[in-house]
Amino acid sequence: MNETVTVRVQKVKKNGIKARLIFFLILVAVLLLVTIFADKIVPYDPYAQDLSLSRLPPSASHWMGTDQYGRDVFSRVVVGAQTSVFSTLALVGVISVFGTIVGTLCGYYGGALDSIVMRISDVCLAFPGLVFALAIAALLGGGVSNAVIALAVISWPKYARVARSQTLALKNGPFVSAARLSGSSSMQMILRHILPNIIGPILVTAMLDIGTMMMELAGLSFLGLGAQPPTAEWGNMMSGGRSMLQTYPWLVLSPGFAIFLTVVIFNLLGDTVRDYMDPKNSRAR
Amino acid sequence: MKHYALRRLLQLIPILLAITFLSYGMMRIAGSDVVEQKMENTSGTVSQEMIDAAREELGLDKPFIVQYFSWLGNLLRGDMGTSYVSNKPVFSTFVSKLPATLLLTLVSILLTVIISIPLGIWSAIKQNKATDYVIRTASFIGNSLPNFFVSLLLMYLFAIRLNWFPVISKGVSLQSVALPSLTLAIAMSAKYLRQVRATVLDELSKDYVLGAKARGVKFSTTMMKSVMKASLVTIITLLTLSIGSLLGGTAIVESIFMWDGVGKMAVDAINMRDYPIIQAYVMWMAIIYVLVNLITDLSYRYLDPRIRLGGIEQ
Repeated sequence: MNETVTVRVQKVKKNGIKARLIFFLILVAVLLLVTIFADKIVPYDPYAQDLSLSRLPPSASHWMGTDQYGRDVFSRVVVGAQTSVFSTLALVGVISVFGTIVGTLCGYYGGALDSIVMRISDVCLAFPGLVFALAIAALLGGGVSNAVIALAVISWPKYARVARSQTLALKNGPFVSAARLSGSSSMQMILRHILPNIIGPILVTAMLDIGTMMMELAGLSFLGLGAQPPTAEWGNMMSGGRSMLQTYPWLVLSPGFAIFLTVVIFNLLGDTVRDYMDPKNSRAR
Repeated sequence: MKHYALRRLLQLIPILLAITFLSYGMMRIAGSDVVEQKMENTSGTVSQEMIDAAREELGLDKPFIVQYFSWLGNLLRGDMGTSYVSNKPVFSTFVSKLPATLLLTLVSILLTVIISIPLGIWSAIKQNKATDYVIRTASFIGNSLPNFFVSLLLMYLFAIRLNWFPVISKGVSLQSVALPSLTLAIAMSAKYLRQVRATVLDELSKDYVLGAKARGVKFSTTMMKSVMKASLVTIITLLTLSIGSLLGGTAIVESIFMWDGVGKMAVDAINMRDYPIIQAYVMWMAIIYVLVNLITDLSYRYLDPRIRLGGIEQ
């Protein structure tokens, strides 16, 4: 009887998580739609300068005021989402795929390849993240793609480690042995038996990583190492408005809250995906 | 234990070599136009002869590996070259800026401890009650705020609106360190609060807590004497491990608050393309980070006998 009660409790919990998951997925979908069609929906051209409208406070016609060149801050914030969101998603996509491939191969084959790659990842992890990214970005010069490369170089080992440890744990599991006995090739083993089983933890890592990566990318832009002006991007908009914080705070606060809100949405989705994937909640699936 | 420590120290050698090699290589890749850059900063017209002469003077005409080892030799003698911009020795510039960063790091860690440990414990005791949700929401918000935004928010609120603190730090003082360290502490506390909560919850679910309760021991006594003690090891480890991310985080915060430490130095150097300074920064930060990690690992094994046994078995 106790058993049924536990199962029922788990089922209720699971349904709650599922509802939450759907809700946040819709929220992220809306965010992505707004981002994709940003140029179509903004009220003003985000790059049109009009010095007669310079530094207007927020009003009904300019919701977030205007900047020193008379550009509408609201339009710039909305269009700025394109740079931040797309480059972050590209970054997380690339490092999670690359890290997973490398980690799975290392875990499966082991040996010299494994030792070499793990030492490389040790060195990558030996540098405090942002310090190394700063150095690489400084080396490559400014630009969104260079900032993405800088963060990719320091971030892939995380995924490689997750994939490797998961692969190691599975490699000698009974179903893998059974597949091996039935004559599956190594490639088949990895693709059909190992990858599908490790994709969960990788997905969770990636989802939880989006917010962090977005903040770090914006941080690099803030320092002048990511998106370059006049490109509308949250980090460099804040950096541009920073000296006017005292008199025109909306120049900093508007893009700041845009980053915050976006990161919150992705982090909420990340947390929910983690809860959803957590085996403690999934017995009743 | 001794064997383990020795092995870890030996493992450090290739990693340190790789760090120096990478730091050097990075600067050399960037440095193809270093001489022109230097000339640009100092004088107006530049001829090819002047560039060649300067290359020879800096030893840039020799093979890469030879250059690396002569650089490494100089490094061991504390000579890291001179800044392209100020023409002062890099090493002494770095050393002169380090205390400010260390102070900032230390105060931030202290603040993190003061914020995250009591809140984490409180949140664990009140698990799934209103207090717990409030604290966890606060931690979630802290986790979603980029530190440059926190800096500017704090600056706007406390320096501009309330006028409690100076907007730009005036030298190294308690008032000046408050906002930058609070910025760093907010991000870290948000992260560690969750860990503290999880650790304490884990400890609270153990049988001895129930046993103590059954024997009529006051909950606060169990909490202070046993649970805290058991949780502390994990918490201390987490805090020391965060020094790495803290070191990187100081770069942005220092340059926003004009805190005259190595982070601001690095950001300024990046803007001026002053590669020797950038190189020194990256390398020393990496070395400090690796050393801190090693010390943490060793102390962890020393503090927790279960892990110590594992170390001997290896």
